[in-house]
Amino acid sequence: MTVKAMTAKEVTRKVFHKEELFILDVRNESDFLDWKIEGKNFDYLNIPYFELLDGVDRILEKLPSDKEILVVCAKEGSSVMVAEMLSEKGLNVSYLKGGMKAWSEHLEPVKVGELTDGGEIYQFVRIGKGCLSYMVISNGEAAIIDATRMTDIFLDFAKEKGAKITHVFDTHLHADHISGGRTMAKETGATYWLPPKDAMEVTFEYMPLEGGNVVTIGNTAIDIHALYSPGHTIGSTSLVVDGKFLLSGDILFINSIGRPDLAGKAEDWVTDLRESLYSRYRELSADLVVLPAHFMIMDELKEDGSVSEKLGTLFVNNHGLNIEDENEFRKLVTENLPPQPNAYQEIRKTNMGKMNPDLEKQREMEIGPNRCAVR
Amino acid sequence: MKLLKTDFVLDAKGLSCPMPIVKTKKVMNELQAGQVIEVQATDKGSKADLQAWANSAGHQYLGTIDEGEVFKHYLRKSSNEGFIERKHPRVASNEELETKLEMNEKIVVLDVREEAEYAFCHIPNAISIPLGELEARLSELNKEDKIYVVCRTGNRSDLAAQKLAEKGFVDVINVVPGMSAWTGKTDSLNKEGRK
Repeated sequence: MTVKAMTAKEVTRKVFHKEELFILDVRNESDFLDWKIEGKNFDYLNIPYFELLDGVDRILEKLPSDKEILVVCAKEGSSVMVAEMLSEKGLNVSYLKGGMKAWSEHLEPVKVGELTDGGEIYQFVRIGKGCLSYMVISNGEAAIIDATRMTDIFLDFAKEKGAKITHVFDTHLHADHISGGRTMAKETGATYWLPPKDAMEVTFEYMPLEGGNVVTIGNTAIDIHALYSPGHTIGSTSLVVDGKFLLSGDILFINSIGRPDLAGKAEDWVTDLRESLYSRYRELSADLVVLPAHFMIMDELKEDGSVSEKLGTLFVNNHGLNIEDENEFRKLVTENLPPQPNAYQEIRKTNMGKMNPDLEKQREMEIGPNRCAVR
Repeated sequence: MKLLKTDFVLDAKGLSCPMPIVKTKKVMNELQAGQVIEVQATDKGSKADLQAWANSAGHQYLGTIDEGEVFKHYLRKSSNEGFIERKHPRVASNEELETKLEMNEKIVVLDVREEAEYAFCHIPNAISIPLGELEARLSELNKEDKIYVVCRTGNRSDLAAQKLAEKGFVDVINVVPGMSAWTGKTDSLNKEGRK
């Protein structure tokens, strides 16, 4: 039996199509409990590779004979070793190419809508970490919003579409992932927008993104309207694209709302968060399609892998938008919060330009889920 | 920083997972019970994995020194402690020793574990003389002092206490169980240490 490599892209397909897969995760237990490959119909067995050095006999009976088996580790090496041992026992197994490192970096572009003049808007699903970035394309120009650090993927995609990147936005200073916005703006000559209130300490030049700004992409005016919506960070700004799409950043998600504590100011920002969600968003059209900067669980993914919902539907279904009592709301977003994203303070510093970690360090800082929401 | 004395140094630098552990396991098989190994690795995942592996294999993970590029991990081979019959008659509990330390009584704490075990977690001001070096270093101690001897579980300290009594030390007490259950104050060369 030969051991096959399965790519992050192939696993992503299986997640989108809700296929079955048996994952033998050979990382140590705490890493597995912290963060793993999620899929609706995935089954799991976690046995650290270092407990299999003397042989795989003791786990053979725990492995299914009627399901595809994928061995997963942090960076690939240990999963290859275990997959080869299983293969010698006659099993047909694959390993995840590049391990969880590759899983964390994989981006899957999905088209989420058409724009009035024939333009398009794409969502880039970072399946392993739950980050969502966007590209608005119109008439040979493109804008990128909340880009992750895998800039080549955006640059290549724009090139393929024959679009020149003219504007790059970050809706807020991210705490869970390293932004690729600044790097991309530098490489393409595009304008880099960042909310000034989130940029007090940054070490680089940027264009202040403030409520009321209108940016046009393409000749026929696909407008991006900025809407100041503080709460997750003090500068958080939402964008309304083409009068149809609401890019809500980390303020509003599909099944949850943004947490106000990642810059250490939970108590101060609760009021802002409530104001943004309960007043400013209420004034918008219920027909706007909400495109958030994150998803939290795979159930939020639609058939095609995209993540979106009408604002009107979220006003009905999203618990975070339906808490009448202000004190109860305050409690929800300031007490019993989930753990913070890995290395979030270092990530914020990196996004301010105060730290310049190498690629290996950046990968390590971004390990794990995004954890930007409260439910 | 002073080098920690170990029985074996394994160079696993530049190797990625699973090799640091595959090599450590191989070396560990050759070592004697109770011996200490230093594993030098550059793979960042090696720390959590070595710790978890040591746990499941019954070895002691002592601690890690992070030198930036290189991690130095210290482990002690499982020593099958726990079944020997202790012979030194004078014994004190951890709590008794802790009380004496809190009251600043004039006592000496002698830690007879290996140097690397001591380095990552020890009672403040304890003197470190590993059991194997005790006979040669008796001159560093005073025969009239009240000496509380500690190790991890009370076995090595029992042997040390017997040795001291035999050499004419008059006031020697074995602390049981010792560092494995110590809840009092400790010092460490870094924050990563384990008992």
